[in-house]
Amino acid sequence: MMRQALLVSLLLAAVLAAAPSRAVIETYEFTEPELEERYQELSAELRCPKCQNQNIADSNAPISQDLRKLLHQQLEQGASDEEIRQYMVDRYGEFVRYRPRFSGATALLWLAPIILLILGVVIAMVTLRDRRQPGATEGAASASELTDAEQQRLRELMKKADSE
Amino acid sequence: MPARLKLFLPLILFGVLALFLMRGLSLDPKELPSALIDKPFPAFTLPALGSDETLDRQAVTGEVALFNVWATWCVSCRVEHPYLTELAQQGVAIYGINYKDEDAAALRWLQQLGDPYIANIADREGTLGLDLGVYGAPETYLVDAEGVVRYRHVGVVDERVWTTVLQPIYVQLQGGERG
Repeated sequence: MMRQALLVSLLLAAVLAAAPSRAVIETYEFTEPELEERYQELSAELRCPKCQNQNIADSNAPISQDLRKLLHQQLEQGASDEEIRQYMVDRYGEFVRYRPRFSGATALLWLAPIILLILGVVIAMVTLRDRRQPGATEGAASASELTDAEQQRLRELMKKADSE
Repeated sequence: MPARLKLFLPLILFGVLALFLMRGLSLDPKELPSALIDKPFPAFTLPALGSDETLDRQAVTGEVALFNVWATWCVSCRVEHPYLTELAQQGVAIYGINYKDEDAAALRWLQQLGDPYIANIADREGTLGLDLGVYGAPETYLVDAEGVVRYRHVGVVDERVWTTVLQPIYVQLQGGERG
């Protein structure tokens, strides 16, 4: 009996604890499903200026609520994705973009994966070649490039072995 | 020689990484430069707090001034309020942007704590705040005589912030005005 009561109260506590987290983010009605899709995409891509690392879709900061409202308005008014991004950047700076545009300042950021990949491939190729070469070249050299003196000595040794 | 250098590669890499991380320690990620620096103060037409007047960009620009974004729900604004009052007494021009607030509460605040502002823009919906790129009160913008935003400080303006950050720019802008 005691146990059941404990279980029920634990469950109740869990449900109550979960409730507010579901209530934080408001929902918007869209006239077209396509707009809602773009809303989801853009709100996931725009960064909350107040928070350090949250997009406006996830954040419950007042500024994120405002920006979501604004995003909804602008989408309904028929603004393009690029116009909306530009609107945000004009006010909050490049910081609001989780996908920063390609520029001098962000070139390294965008190109780093490619540069690192090329670097990795080059290092791998050099390492593999170094590892294969010593064995292959040494073998070839010793087989074909015995000097006359060595040939002579080889013959003597073999003769010696035969006679013994 | 190259083979021996290779031995030092991990150490060199560690050194470079350590340098970057050291630099990272002294950077404040919360320091977000305003997108409006050296751009004109946004145009707006909003009611003045506590009167029937409307204010626009023209009405509040023309001299070097601070624009202080505040609200009664903002705890830090209460902290910085006495210092703003002090600055106003020293003759610094301060305009208030009452950000997403209730007029009645804001007027009561000014009555009780004193009013350092030349005028207050009642930005009830936060539209001007949005155009300014405000992301939380208090914020203080330093605007020059041409109405161009020169600096934005996020957080409380106290004596340290004023003397080390804002005042030098303020004085410089005023100097430019005279010369």
